This record gives sequence, structure tokens and C-alpha cells, in this order.
Amino acid sequence: MKILVPVKRVIDFNVKPRVKADGSGVDLANVKMSMNPFDEIAVEEAIRLKEKGAATEVVAVSIGPAKAQETLRTALAMGADRAILIQTDDEVEPLAVAKLLAKVAAEETPGLIILGKQAIDDDSNQTGQMLAALLGWGQGTFASKVEIDGDAVKVTREVDGGLETVSLKSPAILTTDLRLNEPRYASLPNIMKAKSKPLETKAPADYGVDIAPRLKTLSVSEPPKRSAGVKVASVDELVGKLKTLGVGA
Amino acid sequence: MKTLVWVEHDNKVVKDATLATVTAAAKLGEVHLLVAGKGVDGVAAEAAKIAGVGKVHVADDAAYANALAENVAPLVVELMGSHDAFVAPATSNGKNIAPRVAALLDVMQISDILSVESEDTFTRPIYAGNAIAKVQSSDAKKVITVRGTAFEKAAKDGGSGTVEAVASTGDKGLSSFVGAEISKSERPELTSAKVIVSGGRGLQNGENFHSLIEPLADKLGAAVGASRAAVDAGYVPNDYQVGQTGKIVAPEIYIAIGISGAIQHLAGMKDSKTIVAINKDEDAPIFQVADIGLVGDLFKIVPELTEKL
Repeated sequence: MKILVPVKRVIDFNVKPRVKADGSGVDLANVKMSMNPFDEIAVEEAIRLKEKGAATEVVAVSIGPAKAQETLRTALAMGADRAILIQTDDEVEPLAVAKLLAKVAAEETPGLIILGKQAIDDDSNQTGQMLAALLGWGQGTFASKVEIDGDAVKVTREVDGGLETVSLKSPAILTTDLRLNEPRYASLPNIMKAKSKPLETKAPADYGVDIAPRLKTLSVSEPPKRSAGVKVASVDELVGKLKTLGVGA
Repeated sequence: MKTLVWVEHDNKVVKDATLATVTAAAKLGEVHLLVAGKGVDGVAAEAAKIAGVGKVHVADDAAYANALAENVAPLVVELMGSHDAFVAPATSNGKNIAPRVAALLDVMQISDILSVESEDTFTRPIYAGNAIAKVQSSDAKKVITVRGTAFEKAAKDGGSGTVEAVASTGDKGLSSFVGAEISKSERPELTSAKVIVSGGRGLQNGENFHSLIEPLADKLGAAVGASRAAVDAGYVPNDYQVGQTGKIVAPEIYIAIGISGAIQHLAGMKDSKTIVAINKDEDAPIFQVADIGLVGDLFKIVPELTEKL
């Protein structure tokens, strides 16, 4: 079974995003970029399934600018076998990403596609579910545990009330939640090896997909600021403050 | 504009997340509801009483009992033939189902909206809430998920919706429900609690979490939350997590204990009315958003606080 893992290049999760003064977006110039953390978990899960013998090949795909090659090289260094970059400088919305990935899936015929549940830049949480819809496959979103049993994929999902387990028919879509695994760091020899792994570059037009956005961003602004309040010196003082708020009174 | 609102329920009662979603939908136009589940007569009757509701579409079938997106999405798509917007709460069900509906309708979803500016324009948080985008949709139909903390809850009574049965679109055979481990708690639900006591890595282990955080929460009638670090370390289950990818909360009072305040955590709680922070590190970022801060050893402070309140 082949596993397809879409990955996105996003702002590093440790960087505090700054809104541009003209309100046109978030300033990404000279900002550290990394693989979306949920996608790292997806790559890790795919590699573990291959190591367990449940998968034969792991293919990483990214849609983005030329620099997204770095993100794909990271996936290759972690253990993916080859990579596809669908190169564009345009912002591509989840719906268009899902359409492109559906085309890649038609060519690659994977048994599983594992995606991060959301990208930490647009926080949309849509692509996996949309891809599942377009392919007519089952979807195991927000996965914290995955077991492959023949043609069935058993997925434990993190839901509002706790955990839920569903069984999907392969081929299927999974989206990762935080507790699925802890992604490995690529070793230096593997980083070197990744440089010679195949990375194919394509364009959205190669797949005949219209990526024109459906949403127009009119403005981007800072959220209302909270300012630091007061520090109290003792529990008694804290209790007093809480009581004036009607707590524990 | 006719909207179709996803009613969040457990086949027994309507969940509160539905109410804020109704408020958001009402800003777009007429509010119709969809109750999909198994044995949901009671839920439908309850939903019909929500203020401002018109029709309540009820699809009662085993295929919908566990809200499997593969089965529910085709049902919604069918109903969207006569509606202009599908509006769901940004709950785990809403987040699972809505994008599947959107793709089937060839619509780009607008996730987690904070406000309705007009019929086609909305605001939504991006970058863990560090920026707010105002977006305009060019799609003829809209698919929207709603951040519950950003809208007032519609009243549970006063409505007189008409209940109408809709035919099942059946089990698509792509997925099946195996089981669930739902946390049982006598405490209020995190997303609707007035007071939340939340613990972080500073608690050091699960035992301390239970022996320090829970008695304080019980004394205050509060819900219990946690930072990602505390959940990852296994102190408490995943459904306690507050943050960018966990639950978004906005209680009257949020008490953060032993939580440093990573931006991902702040994203989930910074709209709380009053934030109280207890942390031994006076430079912890949590103090930059806290209204009341107390620097010190939580192992001494928390028991004393529980006793004195």
C-alpha cells in the first residue's frame, strides 16, 4: 500500500505572527518557516506504517512556492521515499488544494492519504475532509491512534467529549491530531540522503485545476489587545479580588 | 437567505453549541434546523422551541446515529437544494462534516467565524487568533462554521418551529462507528462553563493535577481545563485541552494554574472576561494577558486558595 502525505510550508509555530501595518495580511518576510506541525505528525505516521510493513511507499506532496521544496526535503529526510511539488506563488485555498490532491491521488492510487488536521496559518481545518468528499472515501479526522487491519482502517478520534473509534474502508483519508505520535528529528545522514531522493515539480495547470480563490480577504487586523492587569501579593488578596467578582463569595 | 443549521446533540438533548450557531445564522436570514440522528423525536421537539427557529428538518436513521460525515454530508447536500447557507458550530462534529458538505457543493468554507458583517462577508481568526481576517465569499451558497464564544446564545424557549421529517439518504458504507470513550463528569462543560480552572505542566503529574486543580474547581462549581503540555504528558484526557487546536473557551473567569501561556494556549482562552494566573515564573507570558496575577509556588497557593474561598 502506498501512502500519500500532503505537507504545507507555514510560519514556524514558535514565531509570533505580526499583522502588516497596511492590513493586507501577516508579515512573513524574513520569518522562520517550517513544516506545519500537524503535517509532521502525518509524515511520521506514514513512515511508522511503512516501518511496520503496513505500507510500501510514502509519497510527500506540497502545493506552494519554490521554497516548499525545503519542506518536502524535510519529509524526505524523515523517511518519505519521494516527493511532488505543485509549484505556485498564488495563495491556494483548501478547496483548490483538495482538488489538486484528488488529481494526484487519481494518478498515485494510494491506500491512505494522511494529512494534518489543520494548518497553523489559516486554521481552516478543511482540506482532509474536502479531499475525502471529492474522492468519495471515508474520513478519520483528528486521529490519535491508527490501526490497519487488512482492508479496514481503525481510527481513534479526538472529539469534544473524549475519544471515538471508527472503522474505515481503505482507501481512506486520515487527519492527524497532536497525540497521534511524536515526530522524529531527521538525522544528518538522512538529511544528506534526502537530497538525492526524487522530487518532481509540477504546476497546477498540469492537473487542469482552477485554483482561483473563492474568498477575498478584505483586510487583516490585530485582535483586540488584552493588557496585563494587577499582580497581587498574597492568597488573601486574591481571594478578596475573586470575591468582588462574585467567585467563592 | 434561508439557512440550515446543524443541531449538535447526543440523540437525547440539544447541546448548547447549537444556540450560538442559531444566533449567527439568524444574522443571515431565516433559520431552519437539521436534526440528524437516531431516535431524535425529543431532540427535534426541544430544537423547535429555540427562539427564532422556522422549520426543523428531522432525519431519523441509524446511519446518522453517530454523525458519521460520510452519511450525513449527502443528506445536507440534498437539503441545500432549498437552502442558501449551511451553518454548523465549530465542534468536532461541525468541523468534521461541514468541509465534506462544502466540497460536495463546490463551495469554499468559511471556518470558525467571529462575526457576520453582511450576507457574504465574515470575520474569522487566523494564525492562532493573532490576526483577524475579514473575508468575502463569492460562492452562491455558503458553508460556515461558527465559533461559539463569539455569539450570544439564542434562547432555548419561545420558538415554535415546525418539525418535518426528511427521508434518509442511507448508509454509504464507507465508515462505521466502533465505540466511544466519553469522559464522564459532574462538572460543567468546558465550552459553556462560567468559571474554568485550568492546569498546566507546572502541576508536574496527574496526581497533583487531580489533588490540586479538581478540589478548587469543585469548590467554585467550575469546569476543568488543561494546557496542551498537561494533556500530552498524560495528566488528563484530550478533551480537557484548551487552545488553538483544542477547545475555545470564554468564561467569566479563567484561572490558569502552572500554565506558562504559549500563544497556542492563549488562542483558546484570551477572550475570557477575567483571567487569573498563578505561576512561579513572574516572566511567564500568561501574566501579559492576566487581569489578576499571583507569582508563587502553586503547591502552597492552590490548597490555601481552595480552603479560603
